Amino acid sequence: MDKKGVKLMDPVLVAKKLSKKYGKVVALDNADLELYPGEVLGVIGDNGAGKSTLIKALCGAVIPDSGEIQLDGNKVSFTSPIEARKLGIETVYQNLALSPALSITDNMFLGREIRQKGFMGRILKFLDQKAMAEEARKRLSDLGLLTIQNINQLVETLSGGQRQGVAVARATSFGTKVVIMDEPTAALGVKESRRVLELIGEVRARGIPIILISHNMPHVFEVADRIHVHRLGTRLCVIDPKKYEMSDAVAFMTGAKEPPLN
Amino acid sequence: MNKISDDISKDLKDQPKFTTDIGEKDQDHHSFDLGEQTTLKKIQHFLHGNPTIVPVIILILSVIAFGFIAGGKFFSAFNLSLIVQQVTIVGILAAAQTLIILTAGIDLSVAAMMVLASVFMGKLSVEMGIPTLPAILVGMISGVATGAFNGLLVTRLRLPPFIVTLGTWNIFFALVIFFTGSQSIRSSDIEVNAPLLHFWGERINLGGFVFTYGAFLMIGIFIFLWFLLNRTAWGRHVYAIGDDKEAAELSGIRTDRMLVSIYAVAGFVVAIGAWVSIGRVGSVSPTSFYEGNLDSITAVVIGGTSLFGGRGTIIGSLFGALIVGVFSSGLSIAGLDVLWQRFALGCLIIVAVGIDQWIRKVSN
Repeated sequence: MDKKGVKLMDPVLVAKKLSKKYGKVVALDNADLELYPGEVLGVIGDNGAGKSTLIKALCGAVIPDSGEIQLDGNKVSFTSPIEARKLGIETVYQNLALSPALSITDNMFLGREIRQKGFMGRILKFLDQKAMAEEARKRLSDLGLLTIQNINQLVETLSGGQRQGVAVARATSFGTKVVIMDEPTAALGVKESRRVLELIGEVRARGIPIILISHNMPHVFEVADRIHVHRLGTRLCVIDPKKYEMSDAVAFMTGAKEPPLN
Repeated sequence: MNKISDDISKDLKDQPKFTTDIGEKDQDHHSFDLGEQTTLKKIQHFLHGNPTIVPVIILILSVIAFGFIAGGKFFSAFNLSLIVQQVTIVGILAAAQTLIILTAGIDLSVAAMMVLASVFMGKLSVEMGIPTLPAILVGMISGVATGAFNGLLVTRLRLPPFIVTLGTWNIFFALVIFFTGSQSIRSSDIEVNAPLLHFWGERINLGGFVFTYGAFLMIGIFIFLWFLLNRTAWGRHVYAIGDDKEAAELSGIRTDRMLVSIYAVAGFVVAIGAWVSIGRVGSVSPTSFYEGNLDSITAVVIGGTSLFGGRGTIIGSLFGALIVGVFSSGLSIAGLDVLWQRFALGCLIIVAVGIDQWIRKVSN
C-alpha cells in the first residue's frame, strides 16, 4: 500500500477534537483520528490511555462531550451503536455480540432480517429464510470462509476463529463504510489468530477500511498500514509500521521516548 | 434447498478445510470434536441439536410403561382423549410460559392472570348483562394488560422476573377476590346468560376419542406460536434475548420493547386460556387453578426448555404437558395415591433439568 497515494484521498472517517470527561477523569482530551479509504489503521495505547473511549465514541456507544465526527466529509452524530451502524459504521465487538444458540444465518441477519415478499412477508411477517441463507453463504464465501459446512449450524458449534469470521461477515454487509474491530485476536490461539489476520486482509481487499484496536503489537504491525498511538486521552502520533520497530511504538505509548513530529 | 446443499458440498471439495489448514494439534480446545467420539458424546450432541427428542422419548416410554402397569383401561380411546382434555388448560398456560422462559425469565403469575381474565368474562356477561363477545374482549384486554404490566416492571424497574411475577401473582389473586367477593359464578348461570363462554368445553366424538373444542384450540395455539417463533423475526429475537441479551441489544434489537411485547403476547395466550377454562370447568371460581403457575413451569421444564433462556422448543412444552397428564392418569388408574403422582412428578422435574444441564455442556 502506497502511503502517499492513500494520503492524497479524502479520509472516510474523521474525528476532530473529541473530548469526554467522566467526573474529574478526562478520558478523551481533544482527540483526533483520520481513517483513509482502503487502509487498516491500527490503534494502540496503554491501558487507561482512552483508546476504548475513542472507539466507543466512533461506534456510538459513548456520546462525546465536544468535538465532531465526519463520515465521507459530512458531520454525523449518533446516540447508539445502532444509529452508527445505519450510517455504515460497523463494529465487531470483542465478545462478538453473537447469539450462540442461533444459527449462522440467524446471527448474520439479527436485527435486520429479510422478510418474504407480498402477503406472507408484509402481513404475516414471515422471514425469507432461503434468501437469508443464500446471502449469508455468499458473504462467507466472499471472505474465504466456506469451510463452515452448514450455514444453518448453530454458532456455538463453531470454533473461536470461525465465530470471529461470522461476526466479520456480518459487519461487512452491503453499505458498510467502516469496520471497527476491537481486539479480534485476544481470545484466539496462534493459528486461529493467523486466520483472522488474513480475514482483515480480505476485508481491506474489498475496499472497506478498518480500525483495528489491539494489544498485540506483532498483529498490529503485521496488518496495519498506519498506526495511531494514543496517550493521555489524545493522539500522540501516527507512525508507519515499516519505519519503526515495535519497541519504538511501545516507547511512544508509555512516554519513554519522544514521538516523531508529524 | 437441494441446490444449496449441492453447492455447499461442491465448495467443500474445492476449498481447503479450516481444520486441515490449521492442523489438528492446535484445534484441541476450539474445534468441534472432529475426532472419534464416544457413543455417549454422540447422544449428547444429537440431543443438543434436537431438544424436543427427550420429551418425546419420555412421553413414549411413559405411555408404554403405564400401558403395562395400568392395563388396557389406560389405553382406551376414552382415557387417552381424557388425558388431552385434562392437560388443555395447563398446556395453554405452558405455551405462554414457554415464551417467558425462553427469554431467561419466569412467570409465576400466569394462572392468576388467567383467573382474573375469566372473572372479567364471567362477571360482565353473567352478572352485569353485557353481551358475551364484548365481555370476552374485556377479558382478552385484561390478559394483555396484565402481561404487559409484568413486562414493564421487568424492563423499567430492572427487577428479576421471578420477583416481579411473585408480586403480581399476589396482586392479581387479590384483585380476583376483590371483584368476585370470593363467590363463584355458577355453571348454570353461565349456561343461561352467556352460553358462548362454554363454547370451548363442547365435545366432539371421533370414533371413541372424545375431544373438546378447547383441545383443538390448544393444538392450534402451539402451531401458531411455533410459526411465530421459528418463521418470524420477532420469534428469532425471543431466542436472541434469552441467549445473550447484551449481544441482542448490540445487534440492533430493542430488547426492552421486545420483552414487553413478549409478556403481552404471553398474556394474550393466557387470556385465551381463560375462555377455554370456563368451558372446561363450567363455572368461574376465584380459587381455581391455584397450582396452574407451577404446573405450567413443570410442563415447560419437562418439555426440554432451558430455564437459562434461549434454548428449547414450543412443541416440547406440549409434550411436557402431555407427560404430566399421562403420569397423573396412569398412576391414578393403577390405583396409586395422589401423593405418589406428586412424588413421580417431582422426580421427573429433577431428571429433566439434570438432562438439560448435561446436554448444555456440549457448547462449552
